[in-house]
Amino acid sequence: MTNHWIDLKNADVVLVMGANPAENHPISMKWILRAKEKGGKLIVVDPRFTRTASKADIYAPMRSGTDIAFLGGMIRYILDNDLYFNDYVVNYTNAAFLVNPDFKDPGELDGIFSGYNEKARKYDKKTWAFQVDEKGLPKKDPTLKDPNCVFQLLKKHYSRYTIEKVSDVTGTPKEKLVEVYKTFGSTGKPDRAGTECYAMGWTQHTVGTQNIRAMCIIQLLLGNMGIAGGGINAMRGESNVQGSTDYGLLFHILPGYLPVPTASITDLKTYIEKLTPKTKDPKSVNWWGNRPKYITSYLKAIYGDNATKENDFGYSWLPKPDEGMNCSWLMLFDQMYKGKFEGFFAWGQNPACSGANAGKVRKALSKLKWMVNVNLFDSETGSFWHGPGIDPKDIQTEVFQLPACSSVEKEGSITNSSRLAQWRYKAIEPVGESRPDSEIMNELYFRVRNLYQKQDGKFSDPITKLTWDYEEKGLAGSTRKVDIHSVAKEINGYHLTDVFDKSTPPKQINKKGDLCASFVFLQTDGSTSCGNWIYSQSYNMKDGKPFNNMARRGKDDPTKLGLYSGWAWSWPVNRRIIYNRAAVDLQGNPWDPKRAVIKWVPPSPDPKDPAKTIAGKWVGDIPDGPAPPMADEKAGKYPFIMRADGMGAIFGPGLADGPFPEHYEPLECPVQENPMAGKHRINPTSKIFYSKEGGQVEDIFVSCDIRYPYVATTYRVTEHWQTGVLTRHLPWQLEMQPQQFVEISKELADEKNIMSGDKVIVSSARGEIWAIALVTGRIRPFKIMNSTVHQVGLPWCFGWQYPVDGSSGDSANLLTPTIGDANTMIPETKAFMVNIEKL
Amino acid sequence: MAMIRKGLMISPELCLGCKSCQVACKQWNQLDGIKTINTGTYENPSDLSSTLYNRIKFVEVPSPEGDPRWLFVTQRCCHCHDAGCMKICPVPGALFRTKDDAVAFDKEKCNGCKLCFLGCPFSMPRFDEKGKISKCHLCHDRLNEGLTTACAKTCPSGAIKYGEREALIAEAKKAGYTTFFGLKDFGGLGDIYAFKDPWVVSFCFFPSPMNWGAICY
Repeated sequence: MTNHWIDLKNADVVLVMGANPAENHPISMKWILRAKEKGGKLIVVDPRFTRTASKADIYAPMRSGTDIAFLGGMIRYILDNDLYFNDYVVNYTNAAFLVNPDFKDPGELDGIFSGYNEKARKYDKKTWAFQVDEKGLPKKDPTLKDPNCVFQLLKKHYSRYTIEKVSDVTGTPKEKLVEVYKTFGSTGKPDRAGTECYAMGWTQHTVGTQNIRAMCIIQLLLGNMGIAGGGINAMRGESNVQGSTDYGLLFHILPGYLPVPTASITDLKTYIEKLTPKTKDPKSVNWWGNRPKYITSYLKAIYGDNATKENDFGYSWLPKPDEGMNCSWLMLFDQMYKGKFEGFFAWGQNPACSGANAGKVRKALSKLKWMVNVNLFDSETGSFWHGPGIDPKDIQTEVFQLPACSSVEKEGSITNSSRLAQWRYKAIEPVGESRPDSEIMNELYFRVRNLYQKQDGKFSDPITKLTWDYEEKGLAGSTRKVDIHSVAKEINGYHLTDVFDKSTPPKQINKKGDLCASFVFLQTDGSTSCGNWIYSQSYNMKDGKPFNNMARRGKDDPTKLGLYSGWAWSWPVNRRIIYNRAAVDLQGNPWDPKRAVIKWVPPSPDPKDPAKTIAGKWVGDIPDGPAPPMADEKAGKYPFIMRADGMGAIFGPGLADGPFPEHYEPLECPVQENPMAGKHRINPTSKIFYSKEGGQVEDIFVSCDIRYPYVATTYRVTEHWQTGVLTRHLPWQLEMQPQQFVEISKELADEKNIMSGDKVIVSSARGEIWAIALVTGRIRPFKIMNSTVHQVGLPWCFGWQYPVDGSSGDSANLLTPTIGDANTMIPETKAFMVNIEKL
Repeated sequence: MAMIRKGLMISPELCLGCKSCQVACKQWNQLDGIKTINTGTYENPSDLSSTLYNRIKFVEVPSPEGDPRWLFVTQRCCHCHDAGCMKICPVPGALFRTKDDAVAFDKEKCNGCKLCFLGCPFSMPRFDEKGKISKCHLCHDRLNEGLTTACAKTCPSGAIKYGEREALIAEAKKAGYTTFFGLKDFGGLGDIYAFKDPWVVSFCFFPSPMNWGAICY
């Protein structure tokens, strides 16, 4: 989230699209309902009328996978009706930047941007670059009139997204589109705030990244970024998903969003040179320019004294994928399916149900020599070897089940969607033989290290040089427990030498072994360590002793905006709303004084001594850097400090599939051609796993095919948690939502002679499951390009393994396809085609 | 000392249908989970029982504007002041008034005659395998310890609020609620249902339209 949960209450308009907070984030609805109480409007855009929609002021139905068409129409509406916030757009975004005149738009090129290489399914982005002046700075036209400026290109790009066209593609009635556009567009005024909530409904598409980009453009046009009640808010699907992402869960990032080095980057110097963003603009903070400090301190944190200047701080020990190698979920299971893995840790996950195209995943597991399943309960993954259609005699995989304890049986931090790291405590001792994940990892580490030491394995340094001293070591040189506070402190970072200031004689500020006050103190010379720079400040020195900021429970709210800055701690440096320098005008005054996130108090004469001046300062939330506001000739800075050019990116040339979001159909869809621009039906840069000429049959897909005529989507339900491993075992949860169901419209039910409660078979090109038909007026057929298109939806919280009598059915992911987003490779499970037959 | 009547203010328009009150109730009262099936609805279990004192009804209704409406209404004992169940019960002490004016039960004393079901205008009482009464007792065991009810404690949206009855009513009126069920009905209910949109009232479970005159003003 750019903002935070409580901040939802400050919005005048809340757009929920690609999410279902009432069902999947019920507590968030408390704040959305507060916004409504104050006269705010809730808009819900969803293929089906959800529990969230039941609270909406405006509900707009939309065919799964057509979000960009819907949002593109909104961009056009905002531009056509002058609803954008001109001062914000001109000063805080790249709208005025001039783009290479050779840049061509999908409207001109039959559905693609200039630079496309069909064979490689890749763009050469040369023509997407900004024009630069002699100083190397982007050329700008603040009047926004130059035909090559971003603003004019944006206008041109979305000129095709008329209300009529959008309605044809999305199936949303025209008057609904206008109602939504008008209502959300009303937040372009300085004293109005609009926020957006999304989740997997936006990300799990071949155009997932661009769905979110489209909304970023809208929020920048309306001046909704950085302000209270604004922002783009990713509602995280697990209580600590934000935390796990922050700590480098994904294959391409190290903790703190530092890029993972590739094999061709062989030393730290090259890493720093190649991967540190640069700017020639003195007004741009370019915070990522600090990357050298963060990577060096990270290496010092993980390799400790073994990391020296002489050995490049152990850089060579970091794992490095080959150039162009992709280790995302889909690729891992594809490789596993091809027999490229010996072993697999399924740690706190259930890929046999959660993975797209779960049938392929289950087959992939059977190719393993061994698998370790770490979870609270057994699951479809742990028991895959005796699953439906599998003869245990055919399976050679050795499966180890390690019982993990639950969150209430251990202590530690948890980071929620608000970037808020909260400390929590152990309520009871772990049940039975179960143990905290950290202890399981701890034991695994020492055993693997001992094996390396005894057997002198290949390239053992990454293991043997690792620091691992979270407890006093025993005689064997290992520990059984992990002091989680010691992990938290390592993450925050330490001063590894005494630190003196520059006065004469130098005064000592910090001594060796002190916790760093924040990432501002991190160094490139190896004199500091920090396990995750964005978490630096979470554990500080207070009165000479370590102090856990994440355990704070202050309830003061001086701004009345619900920032609660004394409650726990949020990254970065306890900032509650990021990009908040965009919440003020060029002089530092809040756009909306009633919702002042930060405010600049200019320098003033000291009343006690008129010869002196009191320095200017920011009040309110922690600002995005202490620099004075942008209007300050000498020291003023641009608001979007994480971007090299300091500007909000309306034009985003960094993505794989285009600088502006363009509508492409899902891999499987009900139309022959892309109704927006002919030739390219699907995202032209998504990796295709299957074609008639080649590929594995498991990855098969069919589109616009009479055998699979209905658009399907998948979702979660309030009553279960993810694949249901944790909730299907709880009788109270299971009784509330006992069986796989499929929601279908009354019209489709009539057509297929299906009654609510009937058992039906839902099938796709890849598999089939049974489900109970839930016939409802909350789903209605769409009119798409003059044809009737039926939409259906299924939850994915069920599996064959529990309940043991199989009465719940099996995972909806047995139906979903193998394809991912062009940028992230997140699987497209939110739009695919199925058939339904009465059993 | 005059009794201060306590109760619940229920606002179906705020209810998210998350059923956390259903679970919290079962957890506090340690009621078993039962085997159910999906009958083509989110609503489950399909009825109150000796293992379910409170459940959310999912009501899908056509709306005058054409968009669907989906209402979530908690169904449970309403704790009538003028309680038909207590009047008809032949065993002293089997049903009793708590100090907060709720209607609670004593399974030891209940003789399993089920007359209370006939006496209840809402048909709320259910019976366990021994035929003994089972229903919401307004968490009198929690309230006696100074806690709030399990359902109100867990409700994320404020659809179920516990407090002093008169204060809850005043607060709801101030918050713009115009239509109430249970202010005066059956001597005034312990659970009052409040609405901003009078149109949705008829889709709740309340007994008969006969009472509308009394409840709407």
